[in-house]
Amino acid sequence: MSGLITVFRKEVRENIRDRRALFNSLLLGPLLFPLLFVGMMWFLESAEKERAEKTLELPVIGAQYAPSLIRFLEQQGTVILPEPENPEELVLNQEVPAVLRILPEYPEKWAEGLPAPVEIISDPSRQESNAPIRKIKLLLMGYGQQIGSLRLQLRGVSPQLAAPVMVKDVDLSTPKSRAILAVIFLPYVLMITAFTGATHLAMDTTAGEKERKSLEPLLINPVPRWQIMSGKMVTTTVFAMASLALTLVSFRIILPYMPVGAFGMDLTLGLETLLKILLVISPVAILAAALLTLLASFAKSYREAQSYMGLVILIPMIPSLIFMANPIKAESWMMNIPLFSQNILIGEIIRDESVAINWYAMSIASTLVIGLALAIMAATLYNRPRLIFSSS
Amino acid sequence: MIEVRNLYKSFGDVKAVNGVSFEARDGEITGLLGPNGAGKTTTLRMLYSLLPPDSGEIRIDGLDPTRDAMQIKRTLGVVPDSRGLYSRLTARENIRYFGELHGMNSDSIGARIENLTRTLDMGDFIDRRTEGFSQGQRVKVAIARAMVHEPQTVLMDEPSNGLDVMSTRALRDYIRELRQAGHSVVLSTHVMQEVAALCDRIVIIAGGEVAADGTAADLLNRSGCDSLEDAFVKLIGSEEGLLA
Repeated sequence: MSGLITVFRKEVRENIRDRRALFNSLLLGPLLFPLLFVGMMWFLESAEKERAEKTLELPVIGAQYAPSLIRFLEQQGTVILPEPENPEELVLNQEVPAVLRILPEYPEKWAEGLPAPVEIISDPSRQESNAPIRKIKLLLMGYGQQIGSLRLQLRGVSPQLAAPVMVKDVDLSTPKSRAILAVIFLPYVLMITAFTGATHLAMDTTAGEKERKSLEPLLINPVPRWQIMSGKMVTTTVFAMASLALTLVSFRIILPYMPVGAFGMDLTLGLETLLKILLVISPVAILAAALLTLLASFAKSYREAQSYMGLVILIPMIPSLIFMANPIKAESWMMNIPLFSQNILIGEIIRDESVAINWYAMSIASTLVIGLALAIMAATLYNRPRLIFSSS
Repeated sequence: MIEVRNLYKSFGDVKAVNGVSFEARDGEITGLLGPNGAGKTTTLRMLYSLLPPDSGEIRIDGLDPTRDAMQIKRTLGVVPDSRGLYSRLTARENIRYFGELHGMNSDSIGARIENLTRTLDMGDFIDRRTEGFSQGQRVKVAIARAMVHEPQTVLMDEPSNGLDVMSTRALRDYIRELRQAGHSVVLSTHVMQEVAALCDRIVIIAGGEVAADGTAADLLNRSGCDSLEDAFVKLIGSEEGLLA
């Protein structure tokens, strides 16, 4: 084992002196992702606020047909704009989110007590126009209900008869479980960090060593090749773990500065939570180190290895993307799937749910088994002479 | 002492080494001379157990590289064709790394590095990072790390490649010192002057086969030529790929 330790010590020393390694493993992930997260939250919050507070400006066509509706809208704070020449174009050009059209038959139907037609011209595929459209619809519904009640009362019927069901919200979510964005985002960031933290080291210690022509002299030493490769993988794992730990610490520092109020979340990440997350994610660092080392070993140069890595970085994103598209209930069989299980577990830990010990055990064990299998493949890879000499 | 008998190695259809046999004795410098692509590097790689031979027999001090790889690596000092150094480590750290991989303790590595620094005249740059080293400095570090464990048998692949005149002279002096100390030295080269100036025994390799084998005098006799240069050309059958 002394060969393994010697290789490990040398790789650590060499890579600590490498600005590129330090930047990629220890700076990029830990600084960039938390800042990105906070920035995203600020942006979402301020955008949401702005839309909520903004007065609604609504061009109306045929305002003369429904003076009482117009008065109602104005009372509710809507600014009614005059009839535009080409309402469809106005909406398509995003100059206004929506245009209200009151049809000529409105007064006639109204007088007969039939539903009087109005149209909302809008483009719901524009995200930013969803809030104003919702507001207009709510206002129109409110007006309709008001008039409907009055009509019933005039005919001597209690308006309550027309509202057979009363819906009340009973909110059981705790402030922590409402931290839905964080529940999706944090596992995603950590998963990517495990891979980005390992990438540079995995490439530098294998493809880089081949490119610099120091692999052949290294393999002439009386140390079994699996020990040399394992020493390299242990270094890569340690850097990936350091990257993860730093990312968590940096989240811990940055979170208090987040705009918490708007989302009603309480996300403080205590020491215990951090350690739990680190425990869950650590096997991923081993898995990432082994997988990336294995792949990079096939490359002739750092550059070639880099071109593989672009694809590999998609792997840790897959489970998070699945969760974003289709949130599913956690079940125990999922704990056997690496990356997937960590995603679920970290989500549960952040939401402060209690997680069964055997879930932890299953997640860690299944990830370690696959990680070690990949590591063994990588460790024995250099027994094939072709891989050693496949340089330039 | 190295004994090689009927060594074969091919990569796909290419027969890189096609029945090579030779001996390299202790206290002698043996030169493998041949044009580029003659099979010298492949032969050496089989000697230091990086490549397994297809067939044939190798004995280095009685050990077989295919079976006793670890033990052979402990007794061999190899300066391979690729001399990559770790540019973010100093020359001393580069050499120390190899000493540690050989399982030497820290004190004996330190003493050995002092010794090699003096012999190879590396005092000026031993504690500098190897980034930006000249070719001569690189070769010295590559030799020092190959010799850190005081191997009995020394294999060098084109050691003077890319060196200037002064560095080449220093290298030759060092190789002669090794012979003096009773080591068995095998070097491969495509430079005729190198073998003429240095080698006790010459093995001429061309097309993966041994074209001739013996001392300089033997080769002159056998070819009936006056100069070694003419002898080489005659024995190889072509001037191609050789440097005067």
